[in-house]
Amino acid sequence: MRNYEVVFVAAPTLTTEELDAFIQHSQTVVEGKGGKVVKVDNWGKKPLAYKIKRYRDGYYVVLTIEGDGPVIAELERRFRVTDTIIRFISVRMDEDQKRAEKIKALRRRKSPPQQAADSQFDLGSEMIPPAEL
Amino acid sequence: MTGPKRFSIRRKRVCKFCAEKITYVDYKDGKLLSHFIPERGKILPRRISGVCSVHQRQLSEAIKRARHLAILPFVAD
Repeated sequence: MRNYEVVFVAAPTLTTEELDAFIQHSQTVVEGKGGKVVKVDNWGKKPLAYKIKRYRDGYYVVLTIEGDGPVIAELERRFRVTDTIIRFISVRMDEDQKRAEKIKALRRRKSPPQQAADSQFDLGSEMIPPAEL
Repeated sequence: MTGPKRFSIRRKRVCKFCAEKITYVDYKDGKLLSHFIPERGKILPRRISGVCSVHQRQLSEAIKRARHLAILPFVAD
């Protein structure tokens, strides 16, 4: 199981009901492929940094999804065929999260001085520079 | 000769992300990323911002993702 974060930008011409319906629809798509939508974060209407398809703003929605590749592939396919979706991006989060956890754990171990320093180096010598600099 | 002495004038560089213990640079945080794009909309080089290499790499990736989502501009003028 992997964690993904999918952000999509919907056209500002949609009503909030239509947007909610679309979010609901993508949720069923994800569940149909064996995935799970953990969190839905609707930012609402926000101005775009540049015009896309002549639109000046869009609805931003962030979906946090647990699932595997085919789930995301299907979801992206749906986004592509939907005209009202003007942008989307899917980012795999689990590896970055794991890395972040590791650094945090390392820091926690470093701060109490009673722990020995020797075991820290083989665990993540490449992780040490960001904490040191 | 007293060569290395010159460097003592230079300000100590601190990576903003390391100082604030940020482990993941979020591409959705337009406000944070906008500190690293000057007027023109380009990515600020780390020789100026003082960001460490690890975080600069994460930062540039995050800026590129944010640009795709129209959170940040590709060019601004």
